[in-house]
Amino acid sequence: MRGIAASPGIAIGKSILKEEKVLQADEREINSNEVEGELERLREALEKAVKELREIQEETKQKVGPEEAEIFSAHQMLVQDPEMTQVMEEGIKNEKKNAEKALVDAVEQYASLMAGLEDEYMQAREADIRDVGNRVLRILKGESDQQENLPDDSIIIARDLTPSDTARLDKDRVLAFVTADGSRTSHSAIMARSLGIPAVVGLGREFLEEVEDGMQVIVDGNSGEIYLDPDEEKLSEYRDKLEAYRKEKERLAQFKDVKAVTRDGEEVEVVGNIGNTGDVEPLLEQGGEGIGLFRTEFLYMDRDDLPGEEEQFEAYREVAEAMGDYPVIIRTLDIGGDKDLPYLEQPEEMNPFLGYRAIRLCLDQPEIFKPQLKAILRASHYGNVKLMYPMIATLEEVREANKLLEEAKKELEQEDIPFDREMEKGIMIEVPGAVMIAEDLSDEVDFFSIGTNDLIQYAMAVDRGNERIAYLHSPYHPAVLKLIEETIAAGHRNDIWVGMCGEAAGDELLLPFLLGAGLDEFSMSAGSVLRIKELLGFWTREEAREVTEAALKLKTAREVQEFLEEKKKTAR
Amino acid sequence: MEEKEVTIKNETGLHARPATVFVKKASSFTADIKISKDDKTVNAKSIMGVMSLGAGKGSKVNIRAEGEDEKEAIEALVELIDQGLSEQEGE
Repeated sequence: MRGIAASPGIAIGKSILKEEKVLQADEREINSNEVEGELERLREALEKAVKELREIQEETKQKVGPEEAEIFSAHQMLVQDPEMTQVMEEGIKNEKKNAEKALVDAVEQYASLMAGLEDEYMQAREADIRDVGNRVLRILKGESDQQENLPDDSIIIARDLTPSDTARLDKDRVLAFVTADGSRTSHSAIMARSLGIPAVVGLGREFLEEVEDGMQVIVDGNSGEIYLDPDEEKLSEYRDKLEAYRKEKERLAQFKDVKAVTRDGEEVEVVGNIGNTGDVEPLLEQGGEGIGLFRTEFLYMDRDDLPGEEEQFEAYREVAEAMGDYPVIIRTLDIGGDKDLPYLEQPEEMNPFLGYRAIRLCLDQPEIFKPQLKAILRASHYGNVKLMYPMIATLEEVREANKLLEEAKKELEQEDIPFDREMEKGIMIEVPGAVMIAEDLSDEVDFFSIGTNDLIQYAMAVDRGNERIAYLHSPYHPAVLKLIEETIAAGHRNDIWVGMCGEAAGDELLLPFLLGAGLDEFSMSAGSVLRIKELLGFWTREEAREVTEAALKLKTAREVQEFLEEKKKTAR
Repeated sequence: MEEKEVTIKNETGLHARPATVFVKKASSFTADIKISKDDKTVNAKSIMGVMSLGAGKGSKVNIRAEGEDEKEAIEALVELIDQGLSEQEGE
């Protein structure tokens, strides 16, 4: 079975099926003289729930990040909700329910009220209310917040994991998460990545029917594959993989705290791509020396209004501070295409990837763009922040964006808010047209960063999600190599540095080609950083240049790939 | 008792985060505060009550406060709604 590979790694363990908790109370009719006692029990339980939630919020804030912790603040509001409390108290006083029954009835009443509302966001609150209800019920029953004794090779399997579930898991005993619902950005996926354990999500509800408690399970967080009750052959295959994985991890660990250098000692920047404040810690653990792409879309998603300047500033500052002197390149909003914000109410487009997206949308709606520019500028005071515009196709776009940036600076000056006046600004090179005018574009900015995923998509006219034409979406096509080479050369002719933040930057085969072409910065997902640092040490810039020149003479993607595979084998 | 009618101006209405902002502000006063829309009245300090009002953009709501700081409460809440319930207020 295959789901979405949400957090890398391999695990072999025993399934622990997390049933969805049904809110169920031991119902009992109470006598009039018990009313006071039950009211007191209820109040104490509610207070204790708030206290627990406050602790979890603090812990999550430390370990994961403030956005992830925010949910527990919302949970506290639900526990303290005066209307719901009143319904519970009336249940005890007037209907002589015991505290458990009064709680469950009130929670059910409000949960179905929320579920019945039209708004999607509100419907999702139903799960939160039940989650909170379960917490209070557990306290009333006198049970603790820890999960009962898990075996130490547990693989947690659930429909989805609530924030309360993940917060109370015994992390030393859980090897992996597997969920039927969810996506790469769902809570369980983010938690798994920040805990550094493998996870596969989005397997579909049918999957749950095939799992039993205590089954042997293989989780492959790299490919998204899951094997239930695997045969001896599969098992030994994965045991070998696990062993190889462990060995590689040990070997790569030596590159964690050293700078990335070529064999002859030239320093090269190897940095990471992140999509959330919670990704910072794992990146540092993997030896990332900075952030080459900080995607900001997460701030805009899963909500129904735009984030304000203040909220954005807090998130950017947190990352800037956590990275210290290391560079943090924040990319402005790249929405549209496959990522849509329902609350912007954009008309449906025939060709969303060629449509109203990213910088095009931002320049058209400065009221969305400006608060982000100001928030990034303000964060620049707290670290080594750089700003990057996505999807630039024309010179006018850069000029217009820079004009808005200058306005943002003026406004901050008037408000007397500090920012780094020398903050570098750059553009992503992902439109082939931009490569043709790269030299002119380089006059307006301090750096380029090549976004290979979109660059390939636009250069080869290939929808990157279409499996039937996947052969076209490869970085080895001579056309793509030439575009990359020209971008780097054009930047260098004008003395600006050039990085790459697409998948190709972490491509082991492509590494000598990119190094030889003169790439200054490689930005990739955290999982590739150590390996690329190791491989860089196999080459000198001079040797790599020969690879680049030879590769540029080849005529097909296949020839290029075979040539690079050969080169990789001979590299020491 | 203080009372005032106000029109919701922000895109989202009194939903989601804006509702949270509103309830947090209301909870910071000691006065009893009620908010109503059409013929439904709820406790303004109840997140679920406020969300269940379904007050979208353009709806008229009535806020009533009774207690020591009733004046300040109405003033602050009306201002909050007039400013579009932005999250810059509050935390």
